[in-house]
Amino acid sequence: MIRAGAPVLLDVRELEASIGDKPILKGVSLEVRAGEVHAIMGPNGSGKSTLAKLLSGHPAYSVTRGSVAYRGSDLLGLSPEARAQAGLFLGFQYPVEIPGVSNAQFLRLAYNSVQAARGAEELDPLEFDDLVREKLALVDMDPSFLERNVNEGFSGGEKKRNEILQMALLEPVLALLDETDSGLDIDALRVVAGGVNSLAGADNAIVLVTHYQRLLNYIEPDYVHVMEGGQIIKTGDKALALELEARGYDWVRAEFDAARAAA
Amino acid sequence: MVAAQSTFLTTLLGSAPQRSTGMAWLDRVRAAALERANAAAVPSAREEEWRFTDLAPLARLSFQPRAQAAAPSTQAVAARLLPQAYARLVFVDGVFAEALSSLPSSAGVRVMALEQALRDEPALLEAQLARLGAYEHNVFTALNTAFLREAAVVVVDPGHAVSGPIHVLHLASGSAEPYAIYPRTLLVAGARSRCTLIEDFVALGEGAYFSAPLAEVSIAPDAAVSHIRLQREAASAFQIAAAFVEQARGSTYRLVHVALGARLSRLEVSVVHGATACETAIDGLAMIGARQLADTHTSVDHAHPEGRLRQTHRCVAGGAAHAVFNGKILVRDGAQRTDAAQSFRGLLLSERAQIDAKPQLEIFADDVKCAHGAAIGQLDAQALFYLRSRGLGEQQARNLLTYAFAAEVIERIAVPAVRSALARVVLERTREAA
Ligand SMILES: Nc1ncnc2c1ncn2[C@@H]1O[C@H](COP(=O)(O)OP(=O)(O)OP(=O)(O)O)[C@@H](O)[C@H]1O
Ligand SMILES: [Mg+2]
Repeated sequence: MIRAGAPVLLDVRELEASIGDKPILKGVSLEVRAGEVHAIMGPNGSGKSTLAKLLSGHPAYSVTRGSVAYRGSDLLGLSPEARAQAGLFLGFQYPVEIPGVSNAQFLRLAYNSVQAARGAEELDPLEFDDLVREKLALVDMDPSFLERNVNEGFSGGEKKRNEILQMALLEPVLALLDETDSGLDIDALRVVAGGVNSLAGADNAIVLVTHYQRLLNYIEPDYVHVMEGGQIIKTGDKALALELEARGYDWVRAEFDAARAAA
Repeated sequence: MVAAQSTFLTTLLGSAPQRSTGMAWLDRVRAAALERANAAAVPSAREEEWRFTDLAPLARLSFQPRAQAAAPSTQAVAARLLPQAYARLVFVDGVFAEALSSLPSSAGVRVMALEQALRDEPALLEAQLARLGAYEHNVFTALNTAFLREAAVVVVDPGHAVSGPIHVLHLASGSAEPYAIYPRTLLVAGARSRCTLIEDFVALGEGAYFSAPLAEVSIAPDAAVSHIRLQREAASAFQIAAAFVEQARGSTYRLVHVALGARLSRLEVSVVHGATACETAIDGLAMIGARQLADTHTSVDHAHPEGRLRQTHRCVAGGAAHAVFNGKILVRDGAQRTDAAQSFRGLLLSERAQIDAKPQLEIFADDVKCAHGAAIGQLDAQALFYLRSRGLGEQQARNLLTYAFAAEVIERIAVPAVRSALARVVLERTREAA
């Protein structure tokens, strides 16, 4: 929901970043205000995951230009854990398997880390169990997933549900969901979208990276951005997603190049 | 005497107190072992078996035999006891501490110190003691046998299942003077019997000492022995240990060994399948830091058909530590349908840490399954980032992943109290190693 005067949660300006010597982001600007839902679409390899991971503090990327402010202060100087504790959440495109660590243990450690940073109450395993079961129902996951190792042997869709479960527990201020809809069956898509919608409120915001217009039937975006070659080359409303679905990306690129040539 | 003999050996051997044991056969065994030890030298890194394990820091020191055991406070000991144990044999600096031990007498199993065993079961001891513990080629097993005075002896009758674990607790009191001790265990498991043996080496204080433990485990047909071995020696101690296991037809041997302590430690495990259809499981963990060295050499000799081996070994090395693993699987000609699998994984926590692993498969039969894998790496960067992106601090994330790596072996310990105690120790360790 777009509200004039809503506080700016994320302000990315002219961001350029590389991995090693390879430039990947080539001047990304993005402003996200409280209450908004943004969708980022774009061809494979255009830099969508790079942007999402960089914003979460992945150490592989180096910022060569530009700035990122989160709720008014610099984000890039913070460690990944400090960002998470400040309410930033990344739903991974490829959630990581962690053998030897039970999902329940992991979820509780994550929950308590964030709670502690917020000065809120930490929960012991029994108390946490009650809470996590409530959230499991939200994403329609069987409690047996708590006993299993984090993401180990989970199907693609199960991993994505586990991401949404984590989001539901951590109640982020700003959620970046990187292709959370990929690999989901129709029912799962509805469940995941329901989880996302139940989290969306006036005080937080969601950035969805997706390839499919389908997800946007369930989660209505206020803005749709097209990313290509490490830049956001077009921004529109939800109608843009339908147009992209029908026409592909080439015309957007052509339009962008023409505008640049004219300038 | 060999010219190259080190101060270490000359001091040890020069002080040999050859008081008679009262048993002519045992005196003879000891004398023969002493002769061997006298003719031997401390192995050098030029020998293939010792390539990665430099004994120079040991050879430089001189250790005196432990004359008088310091009596530890019962309070210090209490924390090390295992309430679930069926029986407990406690040794302090290698000397049997009767007052701290608990030796119930019930039908089907006898748990004794050597002195009593020599009185009550002389024939069995003469037949079994030093039968498996070969000392011809190894100076450390020779030393153990030459100085054999104390031992934990466990005899389980055929068909008997011992109701709880047998806890053999070796406490090192620590002292300013470097001393040498020779712990020894003899387990004779009768046909179809079942038992769990825990060998637990714990330091109560600091101090440099040298320990050369030796265990002999003889498993009769269809018996099952579970063996847990925990090495938590003092930070400046040396432990060079050996375990000799012989399995008879249809028997099962499960070993979980964990090395956390000592400046330098080595464990040589030798399992021989003496008949068909023996089953062996060996799970090992070495978790070390600072300047520690932990060496594990295992050898399983499949001499008969239908043997099975499942082996896992994990090393975690931080600081400037050095972990060594050598896992030999020998499948002799005729040992058909042997099914062996060995997996090694090493985790390096720092740039200066080192891990050397060598799977050693020698297969002389054609109809066998032998799988092995070895991998050495660092903590997974993706997993670290995933945890941190969920709010866990970097150190907390590292500790959790390190613990998870080690936990795979700890979870194989079938005694819940030992498992949870060790889990706590290892979790603390990950914090210290950090
Ligand atoms: N570690 C790396 N080394 C080299 N190149 C990399 C690395 N990580 C990412 N890249 C490159 O950066 C570019 C952007 O990748 P990114 O994952 O951000 O794309 P994406 O838009 O998320 O694509 P997709 O839609 O396929 O998920 C790609 O060309 C990719 O190959
Ligand atoms: Mg991507």
